[in-house]
Amino acid sequence: MASDHAATSVTSDHAVDIDKHVRIYITVFVTLMVLTIVTVVVSRFHLPVPIAVTVALIVATIKGSLVACYFMHLISEKKLIYAVLALTAFFFVALMALPIFTVSDGFWIH
Amino acid sequence: MSEKTVVAPKPHVAHEVHHEELGFWRKYVFSTDHKVIGIQYAVTGLLFLLFGFSLMMLMRWQLAYPGVPLPLIGQLFGEARMPGGTMLPEFYNELGAMHGTIMVFLGVVPLAVGGFGNFVLPLQIGAPDMAFPKINMVSYWCLFLGGITMLGSFLVPGGAAQSGWTSYAPLSVIAGTGQTWWLIGMIFLITSSLLGALNFITTTIQLRAKGLTFMRFPFFCWSQFVTAFLLLLAFPPLEAAGVMQLMDRVAGTSFFLPSGLVVSGQALANTGGGNPLLWQHLFWFLAHPEVYVLILPGMGIVAEIIANNTRKPLWGYRSMVYSLVFLGFMSFIVWAHHMFMTGMGTTMAAFFQTTTMIISIPSVVILTALIISLWGGSIRYNTPMLFAVAFLPMFGIGGLTGLPLGLNIADIPLHDTYYVIAHFHYVVAPGTIFALMAGIYYWYPKATGRKMNETLGKIHFAGSLICMNVIFMPMFIIGLAGVSRRLFDAGTAYAFAQPTMHWNAVSSWGAWTLALFQIPFIFNFFWSIKKGAVADENPWQATTIEWSAPSPPPHGNFAQVPQAYRGPYEYSVPGAGKDFVPQFEA
Amino acid sequence: MDIPYTVEIRRDTGLTNGKIGIWLFLASEVMLFGALFASYILIRVGAPSWPRGDMFLDVPLATVNTIVLIASSVTMVMAWASLMRRRFQTYRIYMGLTILAGLVFLVIKYFEYSHHFHGGELPSTNNFLAIYFTLTGLHGLHVFGGMVVNAYFWGPGAKLWKTNPVWFTNRVEHSGLFWHFVDLVWIFLFPTLYLL
Repeated sequence: MASDHAATSVTSDHAVDIDKHVRIYITVFVTLMVLTIVTVVVSRFHLPVPIAVTVALIVATIKGSLVACYFMHLISEKKLIYAVLALTAFFFVALMALPIFTVSDGFWIH
Repeated sequence: MSEKTVVAPKPHVAHEVHHEELGFWRKYVFSTDHKVIGIQYAVTGLLFLLFGFSLMMLMRWQLAYPGVPLPLIGQLFGEARMPGGTMLPEFYNELGAMHGTIMVFLGVVPLAVGGFGNFVLPLQIGAPDMAFPKINMVSYWCLFLGGITMLGSFLVPGGAAQSGWTSYAPLSVIAGTGQTWWLIGMIFLITSSLLGALNFITTTIQLRAKGLTFMRFPFFCWSQFVTAFLLLLAFPPLEAAGVMQLMDRVAGTSFFLPSGLVVSGQALANTGGGNPLLWQHLFWFLAHPEVYVLILPGMGIVAEIIANNTRKPLWGYRSMVYSLVFLGFMSFIVWAHHMFMTGMGTTMAAFFQTTTMIISIPSVVILTALIISLWGGSIRYNTPMLFAVAFLPMFGIGGLTGLPLGLNIADIPLHDTYYVIAHFHYVVAPGTIFALMAGIYYWYPKATGRKMNETLGKIHFAGSLICMNVIFMPMFIIGLAGVSRRLFDAGTAYAFAQPTMHWNAVSSWGAWTLALFQIPFIFNFFWSIKKGAVADENPWQATTIEWSAPSPPPHGNFAQVPQAYRGPYEYSVPGAGKDFVPQFEA
Repeated sequence: MDIPYTVEIRRDTGLTNGKIGIWLFLASEVMLFGALFASYILIRVGAPSWPRGDMFLDVPLATVNTIVLIASSVTMVMAWASLMRRRFQTYRIYMGLTILAGLVFLVIKYFEYSHHFHGGELPSTNNFLAIYFTLTGLHGLHVFGGMVVNAYFWGPGAKLWKTNPVWFTNRVEHSGLFWHFVDLVWIFLFPTLYLL
C-alpha cells in the first residue's frame, strides 16, 4: 500500500547535498572544539559570577545552536517542527523564569 | 439511515497480505490495535474510578460520623488502620491522598484520553490505526504497571502515600514507604502519558483522511489534540520533581527540605538548604495543565453529542477552536494561583491572578457556544444527550466558583477549604465524569455493535445528577464558613465549624446513594454486550467519520479509505434529502 | 508497513511520522531537563553560599568528556550521512565509533563518581553535589539509553537495511536526533556544573 511510493528519491536527491553537508559537519566540529577550549579557558579567569554566567551561557548557546542547526538539521526543517519547538521554548522560558521571580518577589524585584 | 450500506467486510483491508492469525495474547492482551488498547484503557479507568470512589465512600463515614465505628465492614481493615472499626487519622490521610491520585491519574485521564482518545480518534479522522501502534501498546502497559504500583502501595508497612495527591514537601519527604511507591508509580504513569501524547499528536497531523483539514475536524479531535500537547510539555517537570523527591527520600538529598527541620523533636539528618516551594512550583506546573487535561476531552465529547442530538451544527465552531487552543496555551502560565498563600509578593500574585482571569474567558466562550448550540435544535433526549446537557450547568457552576479562587485576595479565606473541594469536584464529577458517561452511552454501539438500554440509562442519569448535587453543593456552604479540607474529623473540633457540620452527613448519604445509582449503569454495561439492541454502523445518524465504519470496526477500521467532503456538523442542511449529510459521504 | 507516512513523507507537512514523533519526544525532554535547570537556579539563588565547580569536580576530565561527546555527535551524523550515500559498511564504522564514544563517556563518569564516593562526597553531602549527581545521573541514563538504541541499529536492527533501506536510514536519523540532544544537554550541563 503506502510503501510502494517509498521515497527512494530521498537517497538520490540528497547524495549531492551530502558531500556539502559533510564539509559543514567537520567545520562545525572544529568550531565546537574551539568553543569548548574557550569556555574552559575563560572559566580560569574566575570572573564575577553574573559575568561568568552570561559568558558561559552565550558560548553554550552558540555551541548548542550549532549542534541543533547542523547536526540535527534544524536549519532546514519543516514549519511544523519549528512551531512545536517555538511552543516548547516559550514554556521552557516560563519554567526557568516564573518560579525564581515568584520566590524572590518582594525581595529585589519590583 | 446512511444510504450506502457498508457491508461488514471480511478482514481484508488492502494490506492484509501478510496478516497472520494472531493468537489470543497478541489479539486481546498485547494488542497493537488502537481499539483494543482503547478498551483496555477504558475498562482500567472505569475500574479505578470505582476503586477511587470506594475509598471516598469509606472516608465519608468518618466525615459524617467522626469517631463512630463503621458497622459491618469496619473490622475488615485491621487494628493498624481502623482499630475497633474506628478510622485512624493516618488511614484517613491514606484514603484521601490515594482517592485524589487514583481518580485523577488512574481514573479520569486513562478513560478520557487513553480510552476515548485511543478508540475514537483514529476512527474519527479516518485512519487505520495510530501512527505508532507498538508505542501505543507500551503506553497502556506503563499505565498498568503504574496502577499495580499504586495499588501495591497500600500493602507496604505504613500504608500508601498519605501526603495528599499533591505530595507537598517536607511532609511527603519524611513520610513512610508508601510515598516512595507513589513516586515510582507516578513515573510509570507519566511515561505512559508522554508516549500516548506524542502518538496522538503525530496521528492527528499525519493520518487524517484526505479532505479532512484542521477546520473540518470534529471538536472532539481538537480537544484530544490540545490535551496531548498539555500532557507532552507539562508532565516532564513533575517527572523531574518526582526524581528529586525520590533522591530526598532515598539518597538523603535536600532539594525540598529546608534547613533546621525538626521532626518529632529530632533534627533531620539531611543537610537542608532546600526549598519546599520548589516542589510546589514543579508540581503545579504539571497539575494546572492537568486539570485542563481532565476537562477538555469531556468538552469534546459533549460537543459531538450536542451537535448530533440537536440535529444542528455547533454554534461558534471557529471560536470554540480558537478558545481551545488559547486555553491550552494559557494553562501553562497560571499555575501559581494554587500558591497564592505561599508568601509571594504582590507583583507575581498580580501576574498569576491576571493570567488566571484571562484563562476563564476561553472557557466561558466554549461553554456559551455549547449552550447556544441548543437553541432552535430538534433535541433528542437520549441518555448521552441527557448527560451532555447536564454537563453544561454543572461545569458552569464549577467554572464560576473557580473565579474567586483565582483572585488572590478572595482566595485568602477560601484557600484549602471545602469551597475548593466543591469547586473542583463540580468540574470533574458532574462535569467531566458526566461527559465521559455520555461518551460511553454514545460510542458503546460503535465499540460493541449494540446499544445500551435507555431506561436503565435514564435511571442512572437522574439518580447521578441529583446525588452529585447533594454531595457537593453543601461543601460550598461548609467552605465559606471557613472549614479546612483534609481534616480527619471534618472540622468538628472547631467551634466556628459547628453550625455547618450537619452538612457532612448529607454529603455522605449523597455519596452512598450515588453508588447505588451506578448499579444500573454497571449492569447495563455488561448486559448490553449480549442483550442490547443490535446497532448498525450509524445508529445515531451522525455525521462524523467513525460512523462510516462497521460496528464494531475490524482491524484496519475501514473497508475503503475514507475521505472528508465537508465540515463535521452538516445537520439539517436545507435541500438535503435527510436531516444530516455525513462528512464521509461523497 | 500498514501505517501511511511511516517511510514516505506526507506532502502537506513534508514529514514522516517518525520525524514528528522524535521531535515531540525531544520537546518533552527539553521540559524535563528544563525543570532540573530551573531547580538548580532556585536552589543556588537561595543558598547562602555556592561552591565553584572546580572545587568539587574534575574539570579536565569533564572537558575530555565534552570533547568525546561532541565527537560522538559528529560520528553519529556521519553514520547517517553514510547511509544516505548508501555506504553501509562505512555506516557501521561510524555507528560503532559513536557507541564506543558513549561507552568512553560513561566510563569516565564512572571514574568521576567513584572518586567522589570514595572521598565521602555523596548526593547527601550538600546541595551542590545533590544537583550535580541528579543532573549528570539523569543525563548519564540518557546516554546509556541512546547507546542501547544505537547498538540495536548497529547490530540486530541493521537487518532492515536490506529490506527497507529508506526506513532504516530514517530510523538511524531519528536515533541520531536523540543522540545529538543528549550532547546538547551536556553542552549546557558542563559549564553550569563544572565551570560556574
